[in-house]
Amino acid sequence: MRIENHPVLDFGERKAVKFTFDGKELGGYENEPIAAALHAAGMRDISHSLVKHRPRGLYCAIGNCSSCMMVVNGESNVRICLEPLKEGMTVETQKGRGEIL
Amino acid sequence: MINTELLILGGGPAGLCAAIEASEAGVKDIIVLDRNQELGGQLVKQTHMFFGSEKQYASTRGFDIAKILIDKLKEDKNVKLWTDSTALSIYEDGVITAEHEGKYVKIKPKATVVATGASEKTLAFSNNDLPGIFGAGAVQTLMNQYGVKPGDDVVMLGAGNIGLIVTYQMLQAGVNVKAIIEGAPTIGGYLVHASKVRRMGVPILTSHSVKEAHGTNNLEAVTIWQLNEKWEGIPGTEQKIEADVLCISVGLSPLGELLFQAGCEMAFIPSLSGFVPKRDENLATTVPGIFVAGDVSGVEEASSAMVGGRLAGLSAALYLGHKVADKDARKADYLEQLDSLRHGDVGKRIKDGIAQATI
Repeated sequence: MRIENHPVLDFGERKAVKFTFDGKELGGYENEPIAAALHAAGMRDISHSLVKHRPRGLYCAIGNCSSCMMVVNGESNVRICLEPLKEGMTVETQKGRGEIL
Repeated sequence: MINTELLILGGGPAGLCAAIEASEAGVKDIIVLDRNQELGGQLVKQTHMFFGSEKQYASTRGFDIAKILIDKLKEDKNVKLWTDSTALSIYEDGVITAEHEGKYVKIKPKATVVATGASEKTLAFSNNDLPGIFGAGAVQTLMNQYGVKPGDDVVMLGAGNIGLIVTYQMLQAGVNVKAIIEGAPTIGGYLVHASKVRRMGVPILTSHSVKEAHGTNNLEAVTIWQLNEKWEGIPGTEQKIEADVLCISVGLSPLGELLFQAGCEMAFIPSLSGFVPKRDENLATTVPGIFVAGDVSGVEEASSAMVGGRLAGLSAALYLGHKVADKDARKADYLEQLDSLRHGDVGKRIKDGIAQATI
């Protein structure tokens, strides 16, 4: 799902990192949004609606819509479309509204 | 409490230009706050060359324009660039709170430019919440900023400029776009963009919309149908298209929450895409010291956002008491640039909307 060759853009050298999504180890690039890494790994069903538990994915990818909130390193309600990916991060599907600290 | 002369909320084309102008006009202490790690707003994902005139960086690609603006501000000692910072609220006493580098901070500016932009609209149809259904901007972000393809087979809904440009960008990235569908009987975007994608083999179906989306945990197919002149679906015209991405490009709505909270008088103006602040010609809202620029003041495009940012930055500097020798010439120039950018039928609608919003 990564773009290899682009006529206009050059994404340069990026540092590969590893993280886990619901316990499963995945790879991505450091400091790209977690959402980009998950999408590139084919993980699109990343959340669910509160009442009917319907699957949810990204919608706006710029921090407006709250469709992508997940639990990151134990913290709930993180907008993964904005949160930079770091080595060893734990990313989990959120249950309901998530735990408030 | 952090005191500053001017706080600019949003580091997109409008906010960056407001900062450049305010600094040129003598403002010494400016903070630009943006929730992203990278400044530039939507400019950083625009791979196409801009129209307009030289003053708005015509013939330059959007991401290069962002770089020009950001580089200029990085060298400017009057300006602090706060990325990874989300504005949270504006209080009655003018205090603005934000999450900045993971901490809760309070800022007391003497003037504020709100340039928060807009968010993507969606459309009501069955299963419109399935993963794989994205706003067109999300696809741009994934592809052009991070180099990730949205999927393999795409249906684009909306033949306005964003729908057409994002379609072209997907083709550039090697993604298959099966069709562009458009509810209106005519293509909304520029014909030059429409011709480009048609030449590359993407059909544009006008008077068509989505009836329903299919899939369990992911989008698998989209059923489209033809619309009559009342925009109702015509039974019997359904076509099912297999696709793992449905890209929704049905317009934007201004992100005016902070303006509402600040007590700015707002008006619902359809031709500006939603609730926008009432303002004067100088882009001053009804709350003294709060100025607006860009899509939050009415959805247009990046070129007019940059000029609007310049105007708001100038107005804020004058409000703060700075003497600007050529202020009349600057203002006349910005108003004239905005006027020439707002041309044609779309421009006329925007001008009508602005007339309604202007006090």
